[in-house]
Amino acid sequence: MLKNVHFKPSLLPFLLVFPQIVVTLVFFIWPATQALYQSVLVEDAFGLKTEFVWFKNFGELFQDSHYWASFEVTIVFSFLVAFLSMSFAFVLAILADRVIKGSGTYRTLLIWPYAVAPVTAGALWVFMFNPTLGVVAYALSAMGYEWNHQLNGGEAMALVVMASAWKQVAYNFLFFLAGLQSIPKSLIEAAAIDGAGPGRRILDIILPLISPTTFFLLVINVVYAFFETFGVIHAVTAGGPAGATNILVYKVFSDGFVGLDLGGSAAQSVILMAIVIGLTFVQFKYVEKRVAY
Amino acid sequence: MIENRPLLTFFSHVMLLLGVAVIALPVWIMFVAATHPDVRMTQVPLPILPGGYFFENLDIALNKGLSGQSGQGVARMLLNSLVMAMLIACGKIAISLLSAFAIVYFKFPFRMFFFWMIFITLMLPVEVRILPTYEVVANLGMLDSYWGLSIPLIASATATFMFRQVFLTIPDELLEAARIDGAGPMRFFWDILIPMSRTNIAALFVILFIFGWNQYLWPLLITSEPEMYTVVMGIKQMLEAAEQAPEWNVIMMTALLAMVPPVCVVIFMQTLFVKGLTETEK
Repeated sequence: MLKNVHFKPSLLPFLLVFPQIVVTLVFFIWPATQALYQSVLVEDAFGLKTEFVWFKNFGELFQDSHYWASFEVTIVFSFLVAFLSMSFAFVLAILADRVIKGSGTYRTLLIWPYAVAPVTAGALWVFMFNPTLGVVAYALSAMGYEWNHQLNGGEAMALVVMASAWKQVAYNFLFFLAGLQSIPKSLIEAAAIDGAGPGRRILDIILPLISPTTFFLLVINVVYAFFETFGVIHAVTAGGPAGATNILVYKVFSDGFVGLDLGGSAAQSVILMAIVIGLTFVQFKYVEKRVAY
Repeated sequence: MIENRPLLTFFSHVMLLLGVAVIALPVWIMFVAATHPDVRMTQVPLPILPGGYFFENLDIALNKGLSGQSGQGVARMLLNSLVMAMLIACGKIAISLLSAFAIVYFKFPFRMFFFWMIFITLMLPVEVRILPTYEVVANLGMLDSYWGLSIPLIASATATFMFRQVFLTIPDELLEAARIDGAGPMRFFWDILIPMSRTNIAALFVILFIFGWNQYLWPLLITSEPEMYTVVMGIKQMLEAAEQAPEWNVIMMTALLAMVPPVCVVIFMQTLFVKGLTETEK
């Protein structure tokens, strides 16, 4: 933690941490305590009167079927995003690890979507699937399938999942490739000498050895799907149709800023914070053991 | 190569190229749309090969924007995005370098307390505390300003942790030598620590630049004046306008302009980018 050799106590270290502590206090700690505080208050529509109500906001949330629906949507959404982007990235990483020549080129060709903003990704996909104009929607209708994500909840979900997963493939690919390349070649060679073909080696050697990376990526992808996909949802479906893509983060925003239900929105924020703390804890506990091989 | 299976290698290349094609498809469609006149954008099926209107569309997007809107071009939004991304990246690096230096190299009261206070910000992403943070920024009168856009996003536990990690690997002998030569703390910081963590700073800058450029929810909340809009927000506003007047050529040109700077950063600084990505996640 602290260096064995260090400087004597003085005023200087306080000045050095001062900027970060001020920003943290003003923009992190204070708003977070405000969220905690507001989550136990009910405010009237004009903001004139507030009433302390203990955990009534939470009670109302847990009785609200819309909130549970949003929870369910979030879980389905993050599972699909994580599964789709991780499996696609894993297959590509296995292939790129196999080909000796050009794996660097493939890496360059595959990692740039990481830099695309979620909203931009949403815009690209919404354009391709635009029911009247989109190229893919046109191709689908030529095959006899009428695509309209503005009316069909399942199609809306599929679209936001594709847009979010598309952006995340880059990240997963990078980490899977690094993980694959750190597996000792001697293990693979030994298996090959024992007569295991490429498929067998993936199942029995690569998958178990890469499981720390997989688990790490799973946590990261769930966090991504929970919080960073706000832009995709906002640009593509705005939570609709009929709440089919209304994930928790989007609901905090729409209830608070559009619906002006401050207490309810704050209670939702508090629940989200609890989820983040849980996920961060899992990630840290695991990261300690990460350098296993 | 474990065993020589030319057929399998060939198959791998084919599959990889297919993967690259799937990943690149949305961007190709976008690029094609940005090279056609607006009339063409209303005729089904849309083109899948580029046309000759690239520079006309570029001009419209940069200087005029969509015809139905205020006439605000994207040029100003690009500038705002650049300023915001630079302020966030430089600000984060500066305050985290200083606080990591204090925490690693000084013994002072409340050291661990400060450390945990910084640590806890890791658990509070902006999305979960938007309403109260918005109130704070509004009370400080920072709405519609570059400060309001960047400062609330500046505090970062990840950057502080990374620099802490880097400083811990720097041998103690360097500090001893510096002290024997009569260097004070700040002298040591500027002349030894900063040069020794140069590549880490660069790698972090790449990641933070992308992070800052792609901010969406925050600018959306705290800007109401068109002069302060960022380009990522601009796309969303154009999408809303697209319900009435589908000028997809201009929208897609804007999307292209919005993604070119960060994508170039990733491609041209790939080594630094990969380093930054793997180190900040630790």
